[in-house]
Amino acid sequence: MAYLFAAFAVVWLAFFAYNAYLVRRLAKLEREADLLRSYLEERGS
Amino acid sequence: MSTPKAISTARAEERTQRTRSSGAWAIALVALLVVTSLYMIFLYAPRERVMGDVQRVFYIHLPLAWNGLLAFAVTFVLSILYLKTRRAGFDRWAAASAEVGLLFTTLMLLTGSLWARAAWGTYWTWEPRLTTAFLLWLMYAFYLLLRRYIENKDKMRLMAAVYGIVAFINVPIVFMSIRWWRTLHPVVLKSSGFQMEPEMVQTLLVALVSFTVFYGLLLWERARLAQVEERVERLRERIREV
Repeated sequence: MAYLFAAFAVVWLAFFAYNAYLVRRLAKLEREADLLRSYLEERGS
Repeated sequence: MSTPKAISTARAEERTQRTRSSGAWAIALVALLVVTSLYMIFLYAPRERVMGDVQRVFYIHLPLAWNGLLAFAVTFVLSILYLKTRRAGFDRWAAASAEVGLLFTTLMLLTGSLWARAAWGTYWTWEPRLTTAFLLWLMYAFYLLLRRYIENKDKMRLMAAVYGIVAFINVPIVFMSIRWWRTLHPVVLKSSGFQMEPEMVQTLLVALVSFTVFYGLLLWERARLAQVEERVERLRERIREV
């Protein structure tokens, strides 16, 4: 039973960690993209 | 007058809302499928007579393996399309699929190892299926390293596409290894059908669908992230030029 629990725990923890990494990095980069675009618009280029 | 930071925040919030609403249905579907799979794995599928409860690892191990191979097949097709068209979008999706495929393959190896410990008394043995699967893992880990360490983008995309095609050779070898050589792995799917109880087959099929939809969701998220990474890089270059 311990191996069964370990296998399921490893899979779901890895999936949630990877998904959380993707969502957080996407949000961070979208903020940066908007900031950079606004800067360029202000500079008129 | 709004500051760049205020405009940026408003845009980011607007985009986040759009992403949330479009992704909400996909996430709800994945959650529903996962809950259904878990119910079937633990409560619907019968207990296997020889191995006992640990055999239930099979219902996640096989879908992980299937999606790993599917992901690398997607990388293979998109690499060919990139070589034919030179469109960066194909390369982006190919790389995203390879990364998600590597995650699935890593988890397939880990769950297989835990199951092997319970069933065979060892975490690892160099039998044909395990050896070819480990080689597959190494090949796609190298694919991702290759992309990271070649600075020239066009050269990197070209080399990654060629490598993505060549590395795919191992995918059918992994699949066929249990048929070509004597291994410890059982052949579950034969020409006569699945060698299991009907409830076990139904549980496996639901788990396969769940993990495949989950693969699609992760692929979409990873490709979208790669698109935004490229956009940020282009904007940084423009600022350096100003």
